Amino acid sequence: MSLLEISDLTKRFGGVVAVDGCTLSVAEGSVSGLIGPNGSGKTTVFNLVTGFLRRDSGEVRFKSRSIAGLGPDRVYGLGIGRTFQLARIFPRLTALENMLVPVRRAGLRAMLSHGQWRHERERAMEMLEFVEIAHVAGTVGGALSYGQRKLLELAAVMMAAPELVLLDEPAGGVNPALLEKIADHIRKLNRQGVTFLLVEHNMGFVMNLCDDVVVLHRGKAIANGKPKDVRENPAVLDAYLGA
Amino acid sequence: MTGGNPLRRSRGRVGWRLKLFGLLTLAAVAILLPVIAPDPATTNIAVFTMMYVGLATAWNIMGGYTGYISLGHAAFFGFGAYALGLMLIHLNITPGYGPFFLIPVAGLLTAVLAVGIGWIALRTRAATFVIVTIAFMFMLQLLAENLVKLTGGGGGLGLPYPHDWGGDFFNTPYYYAMLLLAVLGLLTSWWIRRSKFGLGLLAIRDDEDKALAVGVPTRAFKLTAFVISAALVGMIGGVYGYYVTYIYPQFVVDPLIGISMVLMAFLGGLGTLSGPVIGAVLLEPAQLEFAYHLGASRLYLVFYSAVFLVVILLLPRGIVPSVAERIRRWRAAEAAS
Repeated sequence: MSLLEISDLTKRFGGVVAVDGCTLSVAEGSVSGLIGPNGSGKTTVFNLVTGFLRRDSGEVRFKSRSIAGLGPDRVYGLGIGRTFQLARIFPRLTALENMLVPVRRAGLRAMLSHGQWRHERERAMEMLEFVEIAHVAGTVGGALSYGQRKLLELAAVMMAAPELVLLDEPAGGVNPALLEKIADHIRKLNRQGVTFLLVEHNMGFVMNLCDDVVVLHRGKAIANGKPKDVRENPAVLDAYLGA
Repeated sequence: MTGGNPLRRSRGRVGWRLKLFGLLTLAAVAILLPVIAPDPATTNIAVFTMMYVGLATAWNIMGGYTGYISLGHAAFFGFGAYALGLMLIHLNITPGYGPFFLIPVAGLLTAVLAVGIGWIALRTRAATFVIVTIAFMFMLQLLAENLVKLTGGGGGLGLPYPHDWGGDFFNTPYYYAMLLLAVLGLLTSWWIRRSKFGLGLLAIRDDEDKALAVGVPTRAFKLTAFVISAALVGMIGGVYGYYVTYIYPQFVVDPLIGISMVLMAFLGGLGTLSGPVIGAVLLEPAQLEFAYHLGASRLYLVFYSAVFLVVILLLPRGIVPSVAERIRRWRAAEAAS
């Protein structure tokens, strides 16, 4: 069953058609990859799904419910988390405070709830231990290394237990040892039932991690399937090699 | 490795007993001040200092926590003063303690105005937001000047005042009213800083889009902080109006009042609880001294700009964060040796 369905999604920026009738779906419980050359519209698709951009036409459904037109906070509230291309964390808050910011249920309860609630803090510490950065829990975000920020961003987005997580270049700018760790964390979280859709340029990472791959080219999905099938698809080779 | 409570990173090793003692001493001094120094010249300074403690604290709830710098909070100050004044006149309230009970109503009315202004102003960010708040302030000033039938226009609005409060006593009720509002502001600020709502505000300050991406309803949070901040300022404006008994558009919707609260929060430390208090306690008495010695001329503004320059150049983060940082370094060095 698909958790996320995108159909005929279109977004124009002036004369540029960034996403052009894109149709794809993400199966529940999968780790799916969204790949394509630079400028093929991958991040725009992320921004459209998560409510950072408004679509021109088309439909986005999450758990069979239309989510097009909802703002980013509402989308997160429904269970779709995301990370950003260059790890974005709150630089003047500590790592632990970063973990406590996410709000799944808004409204009065969220406003009045205590930022230092014991159970929430315990869960945050568990997540930090899971990604192996618990020792910097009291350090402000701005003082963390890039790798630690990446891990913190991933851990923080998991705090509100989203069902689907969109990762924008999880392997970008990361050393090989950390890369393996990140892949490992994603696999473990996936086994716990979290579905992932990731944009990535590191093909080794994608081929190794993803169950399904969708290839985007000029805003259209031109191929999808198992990683090894997609890799041999002539249309994909054309798009990447520019025939 | 995680040791202790990392959320309490900024708290030093000062024992809680010492802190409690310090806090109680401060509270005792604040409460007993009119008894210790009852002469009107001193209590007048005390009223205005406490007023700015409240104003800077209230402003900090929006400006310090969310990073949205409003230079137009004088609009709420003036609105609160006019709201109270008009209620006293039209409801025929006998001057005395009665008017103080209408202060919350003035705050509520200011909150309603702030919902409207915030609704529009918070569609913008950064420099645009600063300018929009200034624009709203001047709109309010112009309205106060031109709605002559309602506000008395440039001729001012006279508020009833308690004739039977005389001599040394006159300033005392106003001082306690200002003290009460300052404490209310501090408690609100303290509560917000420790709540999930407050964490959301700090997240907005750091990276608003990222905050949205992790589910923080940023518009609702910003508007709430703005309205709370404005309502507190409006109530303080009400007490001010009742204290000075005659209000003029250019002196209550005064850009200088708006800038003073900002400067005090900056000087003490943006986004901290004690920073605005320290800023106000340092600046306001000095400002009054200067104004007193330099006469009615606005030469004291030169002093203000000098302070502002020193803050920006030497203590860009304000006194509290800078001193805390020094102490941390000193302790680290001591521990290392």
